[in-house]
Amino acid sequence: MLNISGVHTFYGAIEALKGVSLEVETGEISTLIGSNGAGKSTLLMTICGSPRARWGKVLFEGRDITKMPTHEIVQLGIAQSPEGRRIFSRMTVYENLQMGAIRNTEDRFERNISRVFELFPRLKERRNQRGGTLSGGEQQMLAVGRALMSEPRMLLLDEPSLGLAPMVVKQIFEVIKQINQDDKVTVFLVEQNAFHALKLAHRGYVMVNGNITMSGTGQELLVNPEVRSAYLEGGH
Amino acid sequence: MEYFVQQLINGLTLGSIYGLIAIGYTMVYGIIGMINFAHGDIYMIGAFVGIIGFIVMAILGITWIPLALLLVLVMAIVFTSVYGWTVERIAYRPLRGSQRLAPLISALGMSIFLQNYVQLLQGARVKPMQPMISGGLQLMDGGVGGFTVGMSYMQIIIILLTVVLMAAFTLLITKTALGRMQRACEQDKLMAALVGVNVDRTISLAFVMGAALAAVAGVMVTLYYGVIDFYIGFLAGLKAFTAAVLGGIGSIAGAMLGGLAIGLIEALWSAYFSVEYKDVAAFSILILVLIFRPSGFLGKPEIEKV
Repeated sequence: MLNISGVHTFYGAIEALKGVSLEVETGEISTLIGSNGAGKSTLLMTICGSPRARWGKVLFEGRDITKMPTHEIVQLGIAQSPEGRRIFSRMTVYENLQMGAIRNTEDRFERNISRVFELFPRLKERRNQRGGTLSGGEQQMLAVGRALMSEPRMLLLDEPSLGLAPMVVKQIFEVIKQINQDDKVTVFLVEQNAFHALKLAHRGYVMVNGNITMSGTGQELLVNPEVRSAYLEGGH
Repeated sequence: MEYFVQQLINGLTLGSIYGLIAIGYTMVYGIIGMINFAHGDIYMIGAFVGIIGFIVMAILGITWIPLALLLVLVMAIVFTSVYGWTVERIAYRPLRGSQRLAPLISALGMSIFLQNYVQLLQGARVKPMQPMISGGLQLMDGGVGGFTVGMSYMQIIIILLTVVLMAAFTLLITKTALGRMQRACEQDKLMAALVGVNVDRTISLAFVMGAALAAVAGVMVTLYYGVIDFYIGFLAGLKAFTAAVLGGIGSIAGAMLGGLAIGLIEALWSAYFSVEYKDVAAFSILILVLIFRPSGFLGKPEIEKV
């Protein structure tokens, strides 16, 4: 579904991605793990065209989206819950969800919002509260909910577990599984929480310093000694 | 007392005009964080399109005043919006992403350009206009030797039109998808793009909406004072900018409130002290308010949870 080949992305003179190639298969959950600063978030943003890849190609369903404007890329059916969640803090929860659906037709709105409220009942309770006043976990739910409002075919999630209590992390991962299984949404998950991510994912990639260094099924990586010592030992 | 009420009415009229112009400043600042110093001249263009419009109406033989006024307003809004859109397109968009000072200088240049452009096309002399709407209501009769409070029909039109426009505009910003896109771009342009908002178009639209409101102010001023020239945008723009800062730049309600405040200060100062110093009074109040409330009346200090 998503085909990334030889992508180089720069921030000024700094090369953040040094020729990344990977694939996300339709219907699967793929995950990208790696330490802080490896370039994981940069890759997600490069898929959406901001920043743009200097070399290489990004194909979505066979279509070259490397040079497409961001707002047109997401209209193809890609939604992102980005790094730092980026909730519209001076808008209410409801308005944030409306923003997620801004490119969708009216009749789909009711269906999508009831699905989001079903997945995250907490958001329904807080619908009239300002985004900026929510707790970290609630903001994460809102960021995922907002992404789902566009009825995406592919969901890009950037560290949905970051800074959240273990209970909330469990809940978020449970929802990701549901979205993938019940709503048939392809998921590309970027995580530092390698254990949870690999357990959930069909396919995994490891990123080090802007390069993909390993790939395999979630299970393979989970038992791989290198992955274990670098990302799994201690803290879990 | 009667004298005071009269000044209040005059101040409200003036304040309405400032408020309409101030919205353009505050919207553009809200969305791209720059002061569009050419906005006062956009308002001046609105006034000129207005005066040309009335001449066209006379040539076409449309003499029924409400219809003529409506057509001229529509014409002014359309033409002035095109100017607002074009200014953003050629003078600001190419500089987006460069350092903060660049668009500011470009705006000053645009302001000078628009003034000279109108001066060349229309001449430097003031353009007078026959009063179209005269007469008014007598509100309080001061009796023999007393002061009679009156409100001209023109004042009523200005205040009513401003109230209606501002109410409509507030609804547009708070309740519609278009308004949500504006607010989303104000808060986080990258995220707005990530949900599918065309950010460039939304910014263009902010300029168009600001120009449309300034055009209405321009037509109203033409009718109210009966004379305009190519230079009126400078001081009016500066006052409206002051109004926007006073109300809290970035806040639309603040711009309206700031406009009224500046209008009232000017009218009351002129009435009780000296007319020559009315501008000094308006700007002094700005300084005082900024000392004690740096973010203006309704400006929001940014407290956000990350």
